[in-house]
Amino acid sequence: MKSKILISASALFVAAACAMPVVQAEDSLYLPSMSYRTGPFAGGGTPFADGYADYLNMLNERDGGIGGVKVVVEECETAYNTQKGVECYEATKGNGALAYSPLSTGITLALIPKAPVDQIPVFSMGYGLSAAAIGEKFPWTFVYPTTYWSQMSSILKYIDSNGGVAGKKIGFIYLDAGYGKEPLPLLEQLSESMGFELAKYPVGGKEMQNQSAQWLNVRKDRPDWMIMWGWGAMNPTAIKEAVKIRYPLDRFIGNWWAGSHNDLQAVGKNGKGYLAANFSGIGQQYPAVQDILKHVVDKGNSKVASREAVGNVLYNRGLFNAVVLAEAITVAQAKTGKAVINGADMRYGLENINLTAERLAELGLADFTGPLKGSCEDHEGAGAVFIQQWNGEDWEKVTDLIEPMTDVVRPLLEDAAAKYVSDKPDWEGQTCG
Amino acid sequence: MLYREAGQFKTSYAADQAMLPIRQDRIALVLLLVVAFLGVPVLGSDFFLSSIMIPFLVFALAAVGLNILTGYAGQLSLGTGAFMGVGAYSCYKLATYFPDTNIIVLVLASGVFSALIGVAFGLPSLRIKGLYLAITTLAAQFFLEWCFIRIEWLYNYNDSGAIEVPQRMLFNIAVTGPHATPTTRYLVILSIVAIMTLVAANVLRGRIGRSWMMIRDMDIAAELMGIRPLRSKLSAFAFSSYYCGVAGALMVFFWLGSAEVEAFDINHSFLILFMVIIGGMGSLTGCFMGAAFIWVLPVIIRAIPPFFGLDMLAATTEHISNIIIGSLIIFFLIVEPHGLARLWQIAKEKLRTWPFPYASS
Repeated sequence: MKSKILISASALFVAAACAMPVVQAEDSLYLPSMSYRTGPFAGGGTPFADGYADYLNMLNERDGGIGGVKVVVEECETAYNTQKGVECYEATKGNGALAYSPLSTGITLALIPKAPVDQIPVFSMGYGLSAAAIGEKFPWTFVYPTTYWSQMSSILKYIDSNGGVAGKKIGFIYLDAGYGKEPLPLLEQLSESMGFELAKYPVGGKEMQNQSAQWLNVRKDRPDWMIMWGWGAMNPTAIKEAVKIRYPLDRFIGNWWAGSHNDLQAVGKNGKGYLAANFSGIGQQYPAVQDILKHVVDKGNSKVASREAVGNVLYNRGLFNAVVLAEAITVAQAKTGKAVINGADMRYGLENINLTAERLAELGLADFTGPLKGSCEDHEGAGAVFIQQWNGEDWEKVTDLIEPMTDVVRPLLEDAAAKYVSDKPDWEGQTCG
Repeated sequence: MLYREAGQFKTSYAADQAMLPIRQDRIALVLLLVVAFLGVPVLGSDFFLSSIMIPFLVFALAAVGLNILTGYAGQLSLGTGAFMGVGAYSCYKLATYFPDTNIIVLVLASGVFSALIGVAFGLPSLRIKGLYLAITTLAAQFFLEWCFIRIEWLYNYNDSGAIEVPQRMLFNIAVTGPHATPTTRYLVILSIVAIMTLVAANVLRGRIGRSWMMIRDMDIAAELMGIRPLRSKLSAFAFSSYYCGVAGALMVFFWLGSAEVEAFDINHSFLILFMVIIGGMGSLTGCFMGAAFIWVLPVIIRAIPPFFGLDMLAATTEHISNIIIGSLIIFFLIVEPHGLARLWQIAKEKLRTWPFPYASS
């Protein structure tokens, strides 16, 4: 008898697993959210997922969805793990997913080849494969608003405008993985053309919290500026080490994954002066964020940890991810005349997105970020970032938007895209114009 | 009553030495294969095939590999993830150099590189045993991971630092790459896993397998009885790494489609070691049970709340799944330290005497 119950219970579970792709209502816009609220990087994944979900839920509450159609946000937990991410993708793609924002580089790389086959665009916001900025080669992948290479060139422009880079020594401390190594070709090329000396300090993935050796070398080499490509526990560790060797923090710039509230709250007052690149506004002063507080957070429909956490760097970045997707849906709805769109319409929407300053103001996000305009060739958009500084308690925006050196970066991106497709004879690109 | 060998007489040596001496076992195996080859592809959804069955088979093959080394030859290894990585990276390089060669041949050939690396890192096993050997295999894990990051040649100098699977055809059907359907990929993996498990089962009950078990049970006695420790330990490492290498190549080429070095990290090695321990050391059936327990059960647990229409945060489900799996592991280790395979064996023994357990002996 017992075994019969066991057998029927396990049969039920198997049936549940087979029937798992839940059929969504026909009249909704389904946006899966690949979140990572567990695992080693949960500290960064949680606020991002909150911002993403809250913005879309706010649209549902305030406007009744997008174009009168409700948005369904379904979270799938990836734990930043590629295997689980691919599983999430397989589990949710059948529900009519409009776009995926995979968040981890590994998952992004796994999804890029699947996107054209399943006709679901991948929107990897400023991460993943930089070469995907080339729209002719990657019709289904979008990296708005900028790539790691463009961002690096903006950071170098910032350094250049603060005392020049020629003849200086620039240290680059990076996570020794695909993500951290990606800007190296650009840095090496620019060190020749701009005339600065480059010192590299790789940090192994397992040594993220033990960087004394690297910083000993920094103390010995005395670079004039430090740039960091870090993530997770690596960031606060690096800043603490920099404080320990009395490295001037206002000459230490992190990229946009090395400049969140989580990173710097762990350092606190000692981190005063540290700089980081960013492309999404900080704080709650934007009308759209106020609407989120009013329609979602105050009604208790948000998962956010506290009311204060709304508007922090990563929260607003998740929000911006949702803004771009929502805007792409609007564009696609206007073009097709349908309220309920599919993945191919979504691709059109993403490609023809045009977030002007006026449109951002209309959305309640004036000055939140730079204008963003996509095209068939350009899946990167304007690509401008600003620099923010930690004042000991909070981030402050200290510069206007800094445009990247498109003339240098674009040819490199084109080479990289050509290289990516070179060993894939059946790769489908698109012809523009 | 049903499961009893009474009346099944062996009239030749061949019949007596058959892999499955009981007729019911043979029928069950055939039925299982029919279900796996016909039933699952016909009835299973794409999600079931690509996210449950394909990973399950890949992990089961890797667990078979590790079980040969740890369960049968008694050499504890923590380098499984890295050996899988060797298979994956060498398959990627082979696919680059021989684009027209049948991909199955390349997958099987890539295991050879993994076997060679396995033998090299197995050399210390001649001098050290137990936990100390585990530490040297840990060194293999870290060293190989370092190679996968640092030797850019291994990933064709890609900017992303990852290996990406090209499309390959077999009889004009795409078997790898994004155009390959889950059914095709599943059938290819299933064929390879079925054949390799059959080979392993036969090797294990033959002269070589028995020499491994002798080394495991008492190496000095084995040496006195004429077993060469060098040959049998290294052959165990070679055999095991070959299986792990093929599993790694299958994982990247037929499941994930691309992989960074993180896919082969130490956690991966632990995962497979857990599968072997939970499934049962020294049992091939146990490898499949362990893989199902560690990989499939969490997927099913995650599917339960949406199935009943419960709106639960994905992260909460993940936490609950971790708690359930963790407590089940502890439960099984206390109740049956020899793994699920032992439970299966007990069940079979009970079945043989059922419904008159006191009648015999």
